[in-house]
This record gives sequence, structure tokens and C-alpha cells, in this order.
Amino acid sequence: MFPSKFEYRRVASVDEAVSILSQEEDAKILAGGHSLIPLMKLRLASPELLVDITKIENMSYIREDDGEIAIGALTRHHALETSELLAREVPVLPAVAATVGDPAVRHCGTLGGTASHGDGASDLPAALLALDATFVAKGPKGERRIAAKDFFTGFLETALAPFEVLTEIRVPKGYRSYSFQKFNRRAQDWAIVGVVAVRNGTTNIGYVNMGVTPLRATAVEQQLASGASDDDAAAAAAAGLTPPSDINGSSEYRAHLAGVLVRRALSELG
Amino acid sequence: MSAAEAKGGVVGTRKLRREDPELLVGQAKFGDDLAIPGALYMVLVRSPFAHAKIQSIESEAALGVPGVVGVYTAADLAGEWAGPMPCAWPVTPDMKNPPHYPLAAEFARYAGDGVAAVVATSKMAAVDAAALVSVEYEELTPVLDLEEAASDATVIYQDFGTNTSFVWTLEPDPDGVRQAFDQAAVVVTEHYVHPRLIPAAMEPRTIAAVPSPMGDEYTVYSSTQIPHILRVMLALTAGISETKLRVVAPSVGGAFGSKLDVYAEELLCLALARKLRQPVRFTEERGESTMATVHGRGQVQQIELAADQNGKVLAVRANILADMGAYLQLVTPGVPLLGAFLYHGLYDIPHYSFTCTGVFTNKTPTDAYRGAGRPEATFAIERGMDTLADKLGIDPAEIRRRNFIAADKFPYSSAAGLSFDSGNYGPNLEKALELAGYSSLREKQAQRIAAGDNHLLGVGISCYVEMCGLAPSRVLGALSYGAGGWEAATVRVLPTAKVQVVTGTAPHGQGHETSWSMIVADRLGVPPEDIEVLHSDTAISPLGMDSYGSRSLSVGGSALFLAADKVVEKARKIAAHQLEVAEEDLDFVGGSFKVKGSPEREMPLAGIAFEAFTAHNLPDGLEPNLEASVTWDPPNFTFPFGTHIAVVDVDQETGDVDLLRYIAVDDCGNQINPMIVEGQIHGGIAQGVAQALFEEAVYDTSGTLVTASLADYLVPSAAELPSFELANTVTPSPTNPLGVKGIGEAGAIGSAPAVINAIVDALSHLGVTDCPMPATPERVWKLLQQAKAH
Amino acid sequence: MRVEMKVNGVTRSAEVEDRTLLVHFIRDVLGLTGTNVGCDTSSCGACTVLVNGESVKSCTVLAAQVSGEEVTTIEGLAEPDGTLHPLQRAFQDNHALQCGYCTPGMVMASLSLINEHPNLDEKAVREGLEGNLCRCTGYHNIVKAVLAAQGEMGAKL
Repeated sequence: MFPSKFEYRRVASVDEAVSILSQEEDAKILAGGHSLIPLMKLRLASPELLVDITKIENMSYIREDDGEIAIGALTRHHALETSELLAREVPVLPAVAATVGDPAVRHCGTLGGTASHGDGASDLPAALLALDATFVAKGPKGERRIAAKDFFTGFLETALAPFEVLTEIRVPKGYRSYSFQKFNRRAQDWAIVGVVAVRNGTTNIGYVNMGVTPLRATAVEQQLASGASDDDAAAAAAAGLTPPSDINGSSEYRAHLAGVLVRRALSELG
Repeated sequence: MSAAEAKGGVVGTRKLRREDPELLVGQAKFGDDLAIPGALYMVLVRSPFAHAKIQSIESEAALGVPGVVGVYTAADLAGEWAGPMPCAWPVTPDMKNPPHYPLAAEFARYAGDGVAAVVATSKMAAVDAAALVSVEYEELTPVLDLEEAASDATVIYQDFGTNTSFVWTLEPDPDGVRQAFDQAAVVVTEHYVHPRLIPAAMEPRTIAAVPSPMGDEYTVYSSTQIPHILRVMLALTAGISETKLRVVAPSVGGAFGSKLDVYAEELLCLALARKLRQPVRFTEERGESTMATVHGRGQVQQIELAADQNGKVLAVRANILADMGAYLQLVTPGVPLLGAFLYHGLYDIPHYSFTCTGVFTNKTPTDAYRGAGRPEATFAIERGMDTLADKLGIDPAEIRRRNFIAADKFPYSSAAGLSFDSGNYGPNLEKALELAGYSSLREKQAQRIAAGDNHLLGVGISCYVEMCGLAPSRVLGALSYGAGGWEAATVRVLPTAKVQVVTGTAPHGQGHETSWSMIVADRLGVPPEDIEVLHSDTAISPLGMDSYGSRSLSVGGSALFLAADKVVEKARKIAAHQLEVAEEDLDFVGGSFKVKGSPEREMPLAGIAFEAFTAHNLPDGLEPNLEASVTWDPPNFTFPFGTHIAVVDVDQETGDVDLLRYIAVDDCGNQINPMIVEGQIHGGIAQGVAQALFEEAVYDTSGTLVTASLADYLVPSAAELPSFELANTVTPSPTNPLGVKGIGEAGAIGSAPAVINAIVDALSHLGVTDCPMPATPERVWKLLQQAKAH
Repeated sequence: MRVEMKVNGVTRSAEVEDRTLLVHFIRDVLGLTGTNVGCDTSSCGACTVLVNGESVKSCTVLAAQVSGEEVTTIEGLAEPDGTLHPLQRAFQDNHALQCGYCTPGMVMASLSLINEHPNLDEKAVREGLEGNLCRCTGYHNIVKAVLAAQGEMGAKL
């Protein structure tokens, strides 16, 4: 299996990437490649130009910055998984990262890549949504910050413009209490449903594979905020949602699973 | 030290495999690894539709891709074939078998059916060009559901007027069966569905056809498990003299029945190599493999048991619909028949009735897949026995005890007409129960229920007996199988006393080189390291019936054993002659002939080999060289058996099933290399568990295979399986000189019913009586919803 | 385009199409056919190699992406005199391979796993090999082999 023909260009800086993306019609950013290359091999995507940003220096880091944790967009899942800083300050991220794909995939996949791909079935975007992360993007007119709630806009669509490069993801500290419930049939598979719950006073819940984009369990969060019991809140898990149906689970089953997993997640939260 | 080593032999020891080092360092050559100078690459254009009329094929754009040599359609290659692709098992005289050629001409009959072959100087060019071949189709209504297909609501092959290929019946005493059901205190009627499975050998199929420099001889390298049968079939189908064809199976990366076939791509590579006078090679991609390599299983079963009040079964009646897929491949129609005699399991059931209807659908052809017919039969009877036990309030272990064929009844003549070679089922079951801690599991199960635990415990027992070691040629003849069941072997002691063993078996992961050398080492008294095992190349091993149906050891190993003995007998003549004693006055001990009473007078095999080579001083009339060949036709099948116990945890809220423990006590008679035996059992169990919990070829309503990749077809990984707890009993087979049975398929035969029985066992107190395969979390959850609603 | 990388300690360089996958570079350009292709969807792990010491599925990485890096394939593990790497030996000792097609990828994935995790137990081995499929062994003996090897290996590559 091969992708159809394309040109590969490696860039040394974000500016160079932005400049190429602004000039070229059919260009795509290549980071870890583990979402894009499979699509290209199946010829479901056939960009004419791939802009490899993985060799840009200083874009893979996890550090404290201005009271938040700043994560470079090229930080690989494996680095999230093994970060002591994250384990201390945002422990949900290592826990979620450790279940993405398999170890070889985690050696390649990047947080920025998975976020930009915006797949509702993907685990880390749901975690970032639950954490109210901030996405830092650079374009021809400079840098802008996008709140997580505004970032995931549709099926494999994000708020990023075609000529923008996601450079950093910022997550708040303080969400030390978390639970990640991933339900799948094989360890390497996508979640049939995943629930990412974090608590820092308030409880935020992100959903994996309950819709075309990563979602928040808004109804559950509202119930909890108004003092409902965990069980009552979990009963609202699928309220207002239309989860997808596929060979691994019907919409009805996903709705049911969400309730079970939310309840389990809430009981696990400290 | 094992008993065998104490005797000075290697048979019975856990000898490490000689096959391993080159595989471990990446130097083994699988078909796609072969360097073939000047080879052209073939890529097929396949129908995306399950059923369609091919209107036109436009290849101009493809021909414009640099490196493309040609694009060929069925019409272009029509003159290449001496006949259609073979089905070697016409199970009934009136069996309907649609003409099947390597490329579809007028109609595509399943999604994946090849419609054009693109040949180019590089794989990349061939892939790019194939994407540019434009085929216009008129979509036709696909026939997908097996029961609907059987109803003939839509007929695939208009000439036949029906989708039924054959009806095959085995009912030795219809009156006895009828009476047993009339008089039975209890009748159990169950329906089971065996989804189609994708064999998914890790190595996709790969082929290269290489013409000789002058062009009229061909070497075909194929990732096949049947190089010998393939040569015959290629010769007949491509119209090439068998003497001009050499088939080589290089390292083959697993097969499980799926490479027991003659495939369109093999014929296309050969015909195109002949046409273009250049080597032509092909390697399927996984997405093609899932569609264009045969599928397994695909049955809808009805099984009825008639029993008395004590749970003694008096009659079994099975009625099967078997999915043939779109065409009959090499042994497609015969696969369900390999189970036809075993729907009574290892129980003494006096009355027997079996009917199988083979039905065409617009899906990938089915054929052999690990177990081939026996897993289906075992599943039906073992689920049926549990259902009967439940109905009568008898423990599942106890109902099996009450029905086992008694040990003193062997050889046992079954109501289905077989003669079971040997068996001792009771102790095997008890050993498994003990290993599992059966009564303590039952206590834990009850405790969880009493505590209202969301996680339920289930214990599933499956006892199996299977028929393998294919097979007595006369019996195969009676079943209309188009070949014999013999196996050939040659043992050749070279002048330097090194030994060449030539076998007709064709290993693809089973470790024959190791095991065969062990057998011969003990017979000849030479170290196994001095023995080379040659196989899988028709130029070196011209005679053979290949490897499938757990036949290689019991048939091929026996041939080898007898050939080695023949060598010893010839050597004995030479030793007697030169030592000037009578043959019967010689003992053959530790590789040397010693004169009885004066063992200092001896002649080692090494010396005899050299004498046989120089031929200076041989007995009158004795041919030079120390070599013997045996072609052995087994007198009977062999009948391995065993007990498998699965312990599962069921999460009631999600329907998730976790396999906690798996216990297997198998009896394959004598064991040559217990390490290899255990490996075969492990792999078989994993495949059967996968069938029960994970795997299913899923088609959408248009007939597209949805599970066409290993991302969607859920072959389990290490993370989904436990370690297995194995033990064995040993009941040698009296029908072959090694006393061996077969173990290649046993694990896959025993395991699926054990797992499903365990799931039903976990949920039975809630009113659940059956569980479909694979037991996906959603399906199990729905079963619980339905049970709770009642 | 020209790609250049160190493969099993030797610098290798070639002109390839931009779309060349790492696995094809290794197999078809370098002739190192020990690395196998099993699925094309990064599901099976037969193509696993090490890039800079870490397991990577070479069917889902472009050769171009790895240009300038260090790659280790199954051919790079045994000693030049043919002595098996302790992990390879453990695979043989424990009958952890049958047809051997998944084996190169399985060994490379196991090596990466052992290097990253000092004290693997059975569960960690099973989960660590979630991305490598084997159809022959049922994994029982692979897990045994990896557990046996880690003691011998220490942190040695």
C-alpha cells in the first residue's frame, strides 16, 4: 500500500511552515503522521504537499509557565505518558496518553497532531476539552489563543485555519483528581466510549466517541453543579446527545455505556 | 530427564526448534522476501460490489502510467485456461458448481472478485495504474443472508435456478431416529450461528511465477500449504505439463487452512509469466486478503437432542446450512462434511441424522479454516449438552459423564459410521475439573450471585473429539474427495552417515523439521543434528499430500517412521552379510548392529552407509545405497479428544466478558515434542476464543466487507488473552506406528463452546439460555436486557 | 528525494520517491527483508523497527521522516558471529514463535518495551504488546519469553 504521489518538505521553523501553508493550495502538516498517513495509504486523503514540522526545534516540551502547564505541540504521547510534571500536576493526561493506540503509535503520535486532527473518537482531545485547555496557534498574522470549547468545530474539523500551525497546548494546574474510563474490545482499539472526568472543585467531563467531535457531558456537569447525586447525574449522561453507531456499538449502547462509565468515573474521583 | 531421554531417545523431549534461528534474525525468506531479478508486479482491480454485471473496462489511463506492461481482463486471458479453477470435492453427483475463472468475465460475484490484472515493472506503478482502471458496473441485488439465500428469493446463478449447491445427508437409520424422538422424555432443539471468520494468517498470500530462460518451464513460489496439490491443479488448469512445473513453498507465515487452496492469483501469475516470458509476482495487501482469501465457518445450525429423564441422549439430529460464498474453491463443499460425523461428540448416542445444505451467497468463498467442520460440530453438541443439562437440572460435568463412550467400547463404531480408534474420556474430564478447581469455582460463582455482585462468574466446559489425520484414501473416495490421503517419505543415509529426510508434508509454522528429525533420529540411532529434513519443493520432494487437517504427524510422520525402519532392515542385511551372521542374530542398538551374545562384534550404521555407497561387498541382489521410501495410507482417521474449561467474568452493566482462566487437558496420543504440542494448543485456543469473543466478518447491506482491515477485524492481542493452563492424558492411537493422533486443530475445536458455555453459565440464573458469537459486549448487554424484561 | 539514515549502525543513503514508506525503504531499497508487512493499518506490528531506540511501525512512517535518524531492524540484533541477542534466544528457548512472520516485529516491540520498563510483570508485557498480533502462538510463550529475557538483559540494547 502506498499513498499517491506528493512532495515532502521538511521545515525548520513554524514561520517557514506558515509561509508554505499560506502559499500552497493543497498542503498538509505532517507531525507524527499516525492519523494522516493511514488515510493517505487508503487514498482517502491525497495532499500534494506534506510539510513535516517534526524537526522544528523547541516544540516538544512540558513545562510550567505562568501558572499553567504548557505543552509543545510536537510532544509525543509517550512523553506525556512518562512526564513527572504531568503526573504531579495534570495526572489525567499521562493516564489518557498511556491508552492511545499502542506503544509504537505513542512513540510517534503528537499531542498537537491529535488535537489538530480533531477526531471525536480520539482520547486526548476529549481530555483537553475536559481540562478547558487553551490552544495556541500561529498564522501569518501572528499568534492567537483558542479556548478548547471553541476549538473542535466539526467532523475532523477544528478552529485552525489551513495556514495556521498549532504550536502549544496549555492546561490549567489543579485538576489532580481524575478518572479515565475507556471501554473498548481490544486494548489497541479506539474507545467505543471513553469518559474523562477531572475535578478541581467543579467537575468537568469529556466524552470520547459520543459524537463527531470531542464533547463535554454538559448535562451531567450541570446536574452535579446543582447538587445532584452521582447516580442521578450519571443518568443524564446521554441527554441531548446522538452517539454514533458502528460495528462496535450502536448509538443506544453507547448512550447506555456513557451512563455506566460516568457513574464509575464519578465514584472514582476523590 | 524425561522417560524418553532415559531410554536414550529424543522423541518425547522438549527439543528446541531448529527452524527458529533464521526466523529470529530476519534471514528466513518468505515469498515476498525473494529477490527475483526482472520480476514484474501484478496488482488486481477488484469489484467493489458484491454482485454486479461488468459493463466495460477502460484501461487506457492505466496503460499510460510509466512502467505499466499491460492490463488484462478475463477476455484477454480466455485462451490461457485449460479449464476452470478446481473444486476437488464434488460432494454429491448433482452438486452445482458455477464456472470459476481467475478473472470475472461477465459478472462479479462478491466484493473482491478480480476483474482485471495490471502488470508493471514496479509495485508502485502497478498500484497507481490499478487505481486508474475504470470499470463500469451494473449493480445487481446481492444475496447476503444465508437463510434468505437458501429461500431462493433472489437467485445468483440463473442457470441453476437455485442458490443451493448440494444437499448431503447422512441418516443410517431414519426409523431409529424418529422413534427415539417420539419416545424421548426430553427434546432439546437449538439454533446456532457460526459467523464467517477471516483466517488472517499474519503473512498475506504471495506468489511469484518464474519462467525458465527458454520459457517452457516454470517455477511457482507460493505461500501455500499445498505445494504438491497446487502443482497438479496448476498443470490441469493452466494447461502446462506437470513435468514443466515446479512449485516451491518458501517460509510460509501461517495458513490455518486459508492457504490450502488454488487461488486466482496463482494462476494469473503463471499465465502472465507464460504470456510475457518474464517472472510475474503478486503479494496481496491485508485489505485484499480479508476479501480475496477464503473465509471460514459461516453456518446456521439446528441441532436436536432426544434424551431420557436421566439425561442419557438417545438420538441427535442436525440440520445445517453452510455458506459456500460465491464460488466453490478447492474443498469448499467438503468442509461441513468433515464435521458431519461428529455431531454426537464423544457421547454414546445410538441414533444419528445429519443433513447439510450448501448455499451460494455473494460473499467471499469459504473453505477450510482451522478445524474445518469439526469446530462447528463440536460447538453444536457441546452447547446442546449444556442446554440439556440445564433443562434437567443436571450439572454440565455430570451430564457428560453419563453420556461418554465407555473406555471399554473402543474401537467404537459410531452411529454415524465411523470407527473411533481409542479413547478414555472420563479421566480426561476429571483431570480438567481438578485442574480448574471446579467445585471451588462453583462456590465462588454462588457467592457472587448471593452478594449481588455486578461481576458474575461463569464456568464453561467443552469436551471434544475430532477426526483428523486425513485420511484413508478409500474413505476419501467414498466421500467423493478428489485425492488420496496417503503421505510419502524418503530416508536417505548418505555416505558420510549424514541423513536426508524427504517429506511430502508442507510445514508453515508447525516445526516439522524439528519433529521429523527427532522421529528419524530415534529410529536410526543418529543425533537429530545429523538429519536434514527436506520439504515444500516439488523438485526435491516430488510426492506428497501436504499439510492440513492435522494429518502431517499421524500420516507423514508414520510414513517417515516406516521408511526409517526400512532403511534399518536394509542395513541389517548388509551388516549380517559382512559380519557373516544371520539377520535375526543382530540387535540394532544405539545406531549399531551388534551380534547377539558377542556385542563387541558390531557394525555401526555409519559404516554400513559407506559400504552401501561403495557397493563393494553387498549381499547378492541387494541394491547399492542406503535409502528407502514409503508411501503410507492410513487405515483410519485418528480421534484426539480433550476437555476445555473456560472461566469468565461478565460485567452485567456493560456486557463485557473477561476471560479469566482457560484450562485445557488434551489427549493427542503419544507426543513427539511436547513443547510443540503445547504451542499448537495455545494457538488453537486463541483462535477459538477469538471466534467466541472477538472475530466476525461483517458485511453491510450492500455486501461490502466492513471488517476488511485488522483495525476492524478484531484478531485479539496478548492484552485480551490470559495464559493458558495445560495438562494432558495419553491414549495412543492403535492405527499408526507412532501411536499419535493430531493436535493442530484441537485447540480451535474445543475452545469456542467452552467460552460460550461459560458466558451462558454466568447468566443462566437470570434467564439467559444462549449467547451468539462473537459475544460482543453489546450483544451480552442486550441478552441481559431481554432476560430482565421477561 | 535523497534520504540518509543509520541502519543497524551503518549509514545508508538512497534516492527514493517522497512517498516511500520506511518499511519499503528497509525491505526494497536496503534488502533487509526481516521486517515484514502484515496489515498496512498499523494494527499488527509485523513491521515494527526501532527508531532512535524506540519501537515504531515502519508501515506508517515515511522514509523521509526518518532521514537523519538511527534505525535498528531485526537484522541488527544478533552478534556478527550469529550469536542470538538474549531476547531472540529467549524466544527460541520458550517456543515463542511458530511461523515466525510476526516474530521480527514482536522481538523489536519487546525490546523497546523492556528498555522502557525495568520491571515488567505478565500484565505489563501483555499490555505492552497490545499492538503486535500473532496468529500462531496465542501469545502464551511470547509473554513467557519476554519475562525470561528481561532478567538477563538488564538495560542492555
